[in-house]
Formats: sequence, structure tokens, C-alpha cells
Amino acid sequence: MSASGPRMQPSLFELSKPGRRSDKVPHPPSDALDRLPAEHRRERPPALPEVNEPDAVRHFVNLSQLNHAVDTGFYPLGSCTMKWNPKVNEWAARLPGFAQLHPMAPDAVAQGTLQLLWEVEQILIEVSGMDAVTLQPAAGAHGELTGILMIRAYHRSRGDMDRTDVLVPDSAHGTNPATATMAGLRTVSIKAAPDGGIDLDAFKAALGPTTAAVMITNPSTMGLFESRIGELLEAVHAVGALAYMDGANLNAILGRFKPGEAGFDVMHINTHKTFSTPHGGGGPGAGPVAVVEQLAPFLPAPRVLREPDGRFRLEAVGERPTSIGRMRSFVGSTGVLVRAYAYLRTHGGSGLAEITDDAVLAANYLKGRLAASGAYDIPFPGVCKHEFIASASSIKKRTGVRTLDIAKRLLDHGFHAPTVYFPLTVDEAMLIEPTETESIETLDAFADALIAIAQEADTDPDVVKTAPHTAPVRRLDEVGAARNPNLRWRPALGDWTPCPD
Amino acid sequence: MAYGPHTPADRRRMLASLGMQSVDELFADIPPALRSTPLRLDPPESEQVLMGRLANLAGRNRVDLASFLGAGAYRHFSPPMVDHMLLRGEWYTAYTPYQPEVSQGTLQSIYEYESLIAELTGLDVVSASHYDGAAATAEAALMTCRATARDRVLVSRAVHPHYREVLTTYFHGAGLQVEDIPLVEDGPAAGTTDLAHLERALADADHPVAGVVLPQPSFYGLLEPMAEAARLAHAAGALFVAVIEPVSLAVLAPPGAYGADIAAGEGQSLGIPPQYGGPYLGILACTDALVRQIPGRLVGMTTDTDGKRAYVMTLQAREQHIRREKAASNICTNQTLLALAATVWLAALGPHGLRDVAALGAAKAAELEAALAAVGVARLHAGAYLNEYVVRVPNPVAVHRELLGNGVLAGLVLAEAVPDEPSVAEGLLVCATEVTTTDEISAFARQLQSALAVTAHPVGGAA
Repeated sequence: MSASGPRMQPSLFELSKPGRRSDKVPHPPSDALDRLPAEHRRERPPALPEVNEPDAVRHFVNLSQLNHAVDTGFYPLGSCTMKWNPKVNEWAARLPGFAQLHPMAPDAVAQGTLQLLWEVEQILIEVSGMDAVTLQPAAGAHGELTGILMIRAYHRSRGDMDRTDVLVPDSAHGTNPATATMAGLRTVSIKAAPDGGIDLDAFKAALGPTTAAVMITNPSTMGLFESRIGELLEAVHAVGALAYMDGANLNAILGRFKPGEAGFDVMHINTHKTFSTPHGGGGPGAGPVAVVEQLAPFLPAPRVLREPDGRFRLEAVGERPTSIGRMRSFVGSTGVLVRAYAYLRTHGGSGLAEITDDAVLAANYLKGRLAASGAYDIPFPGVCKHEFIASASSIKKRTGVRTLDIAKRLLDHGFHAPTVYFPLTVDEAMLIEPTETESIETLDAFADALIAIAQEADTDPDVVKTAPHTAPVRRLDEVGAARNPNLRWRPALGDWTPCPD
Repeated sequence: MAYGPHTPADRRRMLASLGMQSVDELFADIPPALRSTPLRLDPPESEQVLMGRLANLAGRNRVDLASFLGAGAYRHFSPPMVDHMLLRGEWYTAYTPYQPEVSQGTLQSIYEYESLIAELTGLDVVSASHYDGAAATAEAALMTCRATARDRVLVSRAVHPHYREVLTTYFHGAGLQVEDIPLVEDGPAAGTTDLAHLERALADADHPVAGVVLPQPSFYGLLEPMAEAARLAHAAGALFVAVIEPVSLAVLAPPGAYGADIAAGEGQSLGIPPQYGGPYLGILACTDALVRQIPGRLVGMTTDTDGKRAYVMTLQAREQHIRREKAASNICTNQTLLALAATVWLAALGPHGLRDVAALGAAKAAELEAALAAVGVARLHAGAYLNEYVVRVPNPVAVHRELLGNGVLAGLVLAEAVPDEPSVAEGLLVCATEVTTTDEISAFARQLQSALAVTAHPVGGAA
């Protein structure tokens, strides 16, 4: 099927035929369930699809080919750091010693993994400039919640009960304000300064005895280093508040800026951005959190400890009563952390610094090419970090073609779209992040495509407005999907028209 | 750099296009006082050396033991076709499907996952995934508070202790109340949730309850009185949350059948390796009535402008990137690849295979029960179980350690895992699945017998 291009597939349920069996496991004795009381028994077996291995494999292979992926092409997704996912990482995570280890296995039989986790912590401590790390959070937003709960616990441990406000720039990721709410705190949104940076005066005006924390993304979601951050951190600490750094953009500062040295108190790290663990179509990630010494007592339990004799162990239940508690079951997403470890070890200190240098160089080169073409608005023309904003604001005024249309037209060129309409503070925003693993040839081809689309918006705007034209599907009826949600296959309906393809 | 494409000439060309001599000029915006000290880390490592290091570390873990350890993470057979699919780069290196036109593979696979879990749970709305069973349970409990505008949740002590701890962490953060429902102390229902206590707690009119959370099967492997608990919860205007284990739903009554409003649980048993705790798959499902309260991504079927069937993330007005501080949760990245693993695994096994996995686990667990009873080790509780239960062993810490030294991982020492539950202080929580062998069971019984003989007549003790 793929020989004539990827096509939409029937659902797994439509492939099902009663009586198809796979014999993957032995059959149990016929009396295996006799001792289960009737009231606990399922009356009717679940109507799961019955497919054989060849049909199932073709189904999932054909489905996979409907995806854009790092392995198939460029992803200029700002704030997502879609860098290369090294293949040795996948090999490592599948080593039986790592993959088959039970999460409650006694420490004595888990020394290899415990050492690996401890080493990852030490490397992240050095990278962040902080004093301690937890690897427990399962994703960036989960790390944010962990960090803010620790800040809350810190204030409370000092009898400082009235700190309810979290100050967040209006350009921040949506997870920042959502996290504050989950932690029982109130978000105070602060408008960015006209240059896209922190508005120091607005922050200072909002800081006070009720401020629990500020949450800052640095570099910002505009791709700009917050050059006023030193002053802001001083002001934050002067009122007794703490500073949280959203580490989504860590790829821009490895070896150039250590948040802990600069005065941040907590940060999370997205291993699936900076440290190459694959995005998996939307997870899994891992969101380690690094903290300064005064917050270490509040870290989630259990921590990985290294004994004086060099052996490793997990904290026992209840060993550290100051902990905020558990954030998830077991130790953490160890399989993700094995991949991150492989990446960190591959690069070492000099390699990590080089990642940042190349990522920032690529972003500035691409930005320079677009700026020189004059095809797009570049709202912040100076040096950027690992990503930058272009805008279709002028194109829209002139032709009616919007950023969304340009994003969709890029799909026809074989590129994924950039992050669009984020940050919310820039009109018709495109946030573009090339990463360090794309070649100059790819960067040039992408710039050429964007410039060609801008020209096309003038000459043939309808082609752009109705894009994509070569993807497996055209634009989707999202309004209808939300108005009459169809969230599951219903076996009873049974009269779906097979796919026209 | 290991994966970078730039030649020195490429770098020079890019710098020249910016009118720069050195990459350092790109970092001139970092104030000198804030610039980093150098990274004090080991030098880069070649792939060959790295692979040796990793193999060595992995080899220091012991995964060759005869293991009877479950307690929320289970060994199951995974057909090779499952990992074969997961290793396709089109799946694992894709981004979240925000551009649906070039993400139909991921979107359709999530829709299929939602459909499979809906069928297993008997609940129509299934989120695209959460971090793990514990986080999904905490989110389920938070849902009950939003839906009822109440702030008090009752959680059975038969729920996995990690889940209860996570729920408590989340609830303290949000300023909500969690109360335990204790276990029945003795009699035929010993070890299951105390429904008389639940009824009394629900009767407190001054503190109305948002949700009641019970597991099926419980952390202790017992089957819980779910239908009766659901009835009590609903009579008090509360919602009922079932903490489920998905393989068991092949043979156990689904949450939708006994009146659960929400099901949460750990999907690891659907073909995901134990890998020391994750990445796992948080399952979260609810009734249609709660669709606006469920956190996390949802994928729906729709059409494109040509009328062709297609899939898209939907009802996003619940989510953080739209609603910010008013979102149902802060969750963003979830566990999509693990949902795919579960989907492929379920497709590989099919309904008959899934039933066989559940029933074979039950048969092996019964075989284990008989083998342990034959050496004088009996179950602690009398209630029905599926494939996991507590056995009573004197001096369990020492016995467990002794067996570990002899190649048997004798389940979980409850005195260490749940020190606040004295009724199970002499318990080992053991499980069997379809991969448990008769040889492993024999080894366990044999080693246990000799360990108990040593404990009864300690070497060097007064004989």
C-alpha cells in the first residue's frame, strides 16, 4: 500500500473477524476461573478485535506511515526541541537488566539501575548549578507541580502561611498557570516588556509578602535570554519569595548559564527536549527537578542514596518526614532516564556545551535568512537563543493568508509546521526551533519553503488557504468533533462505511 | 558532537552570514556576572565504549530470579510483534499530534486505544493517557471534587500505598481532604474495605463526600465489594472511583457494570516491561456525563473537508494550553507511546488471548497457593482473589532475604512497604502470572520450607 503513498486505514475493529485467533499464550485449564465468585465475574467478554498477526502488523505499519516524525523529516517546533533521537538509547533501554527489573525489587538486586539514576542526578546537578535532583516526575508539567509544591512546603515550614501568589509572565507555557492552580496557589499574570523580555517594574510592583514564587522561562518563549534576570532574582529573594525556572529551553544554555549559580531556586528539566529522549507521539517524557540546598528536605520520596561503602539504596517508607510525598508510583520513568543517561554520557561536558552552541547558531542562521528575505515580520531582530519568532502579521493584512495557512502549506513541502500562535502575546506567531542536529542544507531548504509560501500568498492565496494538499487528509472538522464527540468505536453500530481509499 | 551535522566550514559559513567571528558573540546577551562556570563532567564517550558501560550497569541488576513480586507491576508475555512496532521511528520519534493532517497514525492509534479501554472498563470516555496508575487515580479523585463541588474524598486502605501517597500529595497541594477507609480486621472479609466504616463516613452531613475510591483487585489481591460500595457512594451524592488492573477486566466485572463513574489504573500489565517503574501507562476512563471534567488529551473521530474519516484531538477547552489557570489539570506530555504499546499488545492477544492471560495467572496463583500450603505457609486472608494474595510467614524480612540469596524473589515484604498496616505485618504479598513456571513455584516452596526450618531452629541458637 505504501508503494502508492500513505493512505488512511480502516480501524482495528473493522479488521476483526470472529474466530480469528492468535495462540500467543498457552490455554489455561478449563477450571481456572471456577473459584471466582459469580458476583465478581464479567458476564460478557469484552468485544476486542480479533485479528491475526499479519493483519495487525500491516495495520500498525500502515498507520505509522501517516505520521511525520523526526526519523522522517524536520520538525521546526519552537519550545519542543525536536532533536535527533539516538538509536543507541533505544538499545540501552531494552537491555534485559534494565527493562525487566521490577520497580520494587530489593536494592541488593537493583544496584546497576540505582547507580545509573544516581549518576544522572549528579550530572543534572552540575548542568543546572543546583544542589540536589529528583528524577521522579514523569513530565515537565509534573516537574512544575513538584517544584511548586516544594516551594509551598518550604514557606509553610517557616510558618510563612500567607504566600499564595505565583507570578508568571503572560508569554509563559500554559502549564505554568495551570500548575499554580493545582498547587492551591493563585496565578498573577505579568505582561512582557515591549522588547519581549521581563518587565522588571511590573514584577517589582507585584512582588510582596504574599508572593510564593515567580515562574520564569529563560530563555523566554520568544527565544530571548532574559538579560534582566539577575535584578529580578534579587528582587524576588528580597521579598522572601523563591524563583522557579521552567527548563523547557535548557537546550539554549548548556554550559553557558547555570540557573542555580544565577540565583534560581528550583528548575525542571524536560529530558524529552534537551536530552534526546523520544517524544513518542506525545510522551513518555521525564521531568527531573533540581533544587538548591534549602529545598532538598522537601524533595519527593524516595530519593536514591549512596551509602559510604559505595552501595546505593532507596529511602525507606517514611524515612524523611519533611518530603512533600510521592508524585507518582515507584521511582520514576527509569526507562526514559536510561536513554537520557546514554545521551549525557555520549556528550560529556564538552559535547553538551557544543549542543547549545550549535543549536543557537542554527537558530540565528535561520532567523537571519528569513530576516534578509523580508518575507516575514521578525518582531525581535537581535540575537536569539535556540528559537525565534517570525510572524505572518503583514502577510495576513496584505493577502488574508494566516499563520495557520502557512503552517499547513509547509506540510505540502514535507516539513512539519513550527509552533503556531504561541506565545499568545505575538500576533500571528510562528515559533521556530531548528535544534543542533539539522544540517545547513535542511535549514536552507526550510527557509526556501517558507519564503516560497510567502510569495505564493501574494500570487495564489487560495492554494495556501486550502493547504495541505498532499497530506493523507485535508483540514479537519474540529468544530464538529467537539460538538458531537465520537471518542470510541461502538461495536454495536457496525455499519461504518469502509474507508474510500 | 555525536549527532551534529556541521562541518567546520558549515559553522564558519553560518557565522559569516551573521557577520560574526565566534559563536561566543551569540551569547553576548548573557550578562557577564551570570555566565556559567565550565561543565565539570566526564569527556564524551564513543558509542562502543558507552555500550560497554551500559551493558555492565544492566548486568549488575538481577533479573534472573524466580520472581513472585507484583504489587502494582506485573510480568507478562509480550509477543515480539509488539516491540517490533514500537521500534518504528514513525511512532516513537513523532511529536504530539497538534498538526493532525500529518499525525493521523498517532491519532487513530489513540482513538483505538480509547475504544479498547472503553470496552474493557465499560466506560465510554477514555483519556489518551496519564503518567501512571497513581497519577491517574489522583486525577480521578480531583475530578470527583470538581464535578460535585465538594472537597472531601474517601480512599480505601486497600488501594496501592503509592497511589494513596500520590493522591495525598495532590490533595494537600490543592487544599482538599483525603480520609482513609480502613480494612476489615477479621472474619471472612478480612483485608477488604470496611463498608460499615464507609457508610458512617458518608453519613456526616456537615462534610459531604465528593468521591469514594476502592480498588479491584485490591493491593492485597482481594476482590472488593465494588457494587455495594458504589451504591453507598451514590446514595450520599458522591461519585465512585474504581482503581482497576486492566488484564483482570478480561474476566472480572467491568467498572461500568457495577456503577463506577470513573476508572483509574495502571496499564503496565498491557505489554509494557517493568523497567524499574516506568514509563508506564495511567488509565483514566469515565462516564459520558463527566466528559467535560476529565483531564488530559482526548482524540475523536471526525471528517476532513472532503468528508473523509479522520481523527483529531478534541474538547481541548479543558486543557492547559487553552485554559491556563482554569484548566482541568496541568498535564501536557502524557504517555502516548505506552498507549500504543497497550493497543498493539491487545491486538496481538485478542479477546481470547487476554482471557487466557487472566485465567492462566489465576491457575498459576492457585497452584502456588497449594504448593506453599504444602510447606505450611497459608494465606493471611480468606476472601477470593484473582492472581495475587498475602501469605503469612514468621519473620518475613529475614525469610525474604534468605530466599533472595537463593534465587527466589519472594514477593513484597509488607512490613516494609506498608508499615502503618499492622494486620499484614507478617505478610508477603505474592503473585503469579501466565509466565510463572511450575519449576519456579517448586523452587519457591522448597526454599521457603528450608528457610522456615532455619528460622524455627536458628543456627547457633539454643536448641
